[in-house]
Amino acid sequence: MNCFKGRDVVSVNDFTNAEIEHILDVAEKMVPIARGEEKNRIMDGRVMASLFFEPSTRTRLSFEAAMYRLGGKVIGFSDASGTSVKKGETLADTIRMADAYSDVIAMRHPLMGSARLAAEFSKVPVLNGGDGAGQHPTQCLLDLFTIRSEKGKIGGNKVVLLGDLKYGRTVHSLTSALSRFGCEMTFVAPEQLQMPKEVINECIEHGVTPCLSTNLAEALADADVLYVTRIQKERFPDAAEYERVAGLYIVNKELLSGCKKDLIVMHPLPRVNEIHPDVDSTPHAAYFRQAFNGVPVRMALISLVLGAME
Amino acid sequence: MKELRVQPIMNGTVIDHITPGKALKVLHILGLPKPESTSTISVAINVPGKTCKKDIVKIEDRELESSEVDRIALIAPNATINIIRNYDVVEKHRVNIPEELIGIVRCSNPTCVTNSTEPVQHRFTVVSKNPLRVKCQYCLREPADIENHIL
Repeated sequence: MNCFKGRDVVSVNDFTNAEIEHILDVAEKMVPIARGEEKNRIMDGRVMASLFFEPSTRTRLSFEAAMYRLGGKVIGFSDASGTSVKKGETLADTIRMADAYSDVIAMRHPLMGSARLAAEFSKVPVLNGGDGAGQHPTQCLLDLFTIRSEKGKIGGNKVVLLGDLKYGRTVHSLTSALSRFGCEMTFVAPEQLQMPKEVINECIEHGVTPCLSTNLAEALADADVLYVTRIQKERFPDAAEYERVAGLYIVNKELLSGCKKDLIVMHPLPRVNEIHPDVDSTPHAAYFRQAFNGVPVRMALISLVLGAME
Repeated sequence: MKELRVQPIMNGTVIDHITPGKALKVLHILGLPKPESTSTISVAINVPGKTCKKDIVKIEDRELESSEVDRIALIAPNATINIIRNYDVVEKHRVNIPEELIGIVRCSNPTCVTNSTEPVQHRFTVVSKNPLRVKCQYCLREPADIENHIL
């Protein structure tokens, strides 16, 4: 395992399975601190630049909460409109500036590959909080952390991924990681939003041949994890077609009554109507715990890349 | 005696076995003819070879470096480079697709950071040489039509 100090977190593929497990081990230790039950000041005197060129709720807040919980400080912006970017400054120059002012950079940017570019121009570690339709490694790690916490392990689980599998950056990184850990996978989506071929090929290269289905109830029969993503209206040229397709994939209490008792339902949030609120009170609902997990996982990453944890 | 369609050159480089019809594209990729150059360049298209047709480019008084010519492997993978001195072939090798393509191919993804105003070069990793597959090191996409994105 390579040392984490000074490393960037651009893609989950930059890490081996053993390194991912180690990040999750450190995240586990961070849970009581993330909950505020224990105090820790290992980031005292450290500054994180939080550069969000695109709107974000969970990712930005959990990055910032993670830094504050560890005693560090945060500078940055959540909207690029009040910054030099609006005057035409390049991302490279913005990063050089943030590099000079901080110890670590957390960023989200609309262009694919922007985090890789930022990592090249920055001497301090860059944590990718989403680069357009590209990578979202910290979301992927918190998803893996949730599966491991809820099911005791990652590999060996039967995972159903549901919804917009074509455009969702979250599901692409997650699918790749799950196949590396040897999870069985079924992709349930309307034909036009099914998983891209290159992601399926990647699974096969990792030794996992996923099933493709349009029948949710059938796919859920022996599933351990259901990962739901939102089907976006703008993907459909016809509003009536959207209503019809979205209606086929609503997860509710009744649907889950025929599933394994310990099936967990995950969602990167925000949800609209793809998970009915009646699921919230069932033991299946793991999505709010999943959202919380963003804090300990990001605490772990900040601590590791700044060398405060090994 | 077989008549030569293009005269032998005394000194320079002969690029042989170019995929038929690609000779002009090869010149374009190599940035030839250079405005300041007075080298004679001969181009032969659809020349009958032993087994199939081919294109040939002859550049007089200039020996091309392998780093210069490797980029043509993207469109003419079977091309051979012959360095000629005093009418003799003193060096002959096939073009090689490099492991990494820097500033040779443009990313086809319009939302890739390399297609913005950022000070960064297009950079690809060669995933497979046959069939040719390259992956952008920034957005991780694989362009389908590489030939049309050669810079």
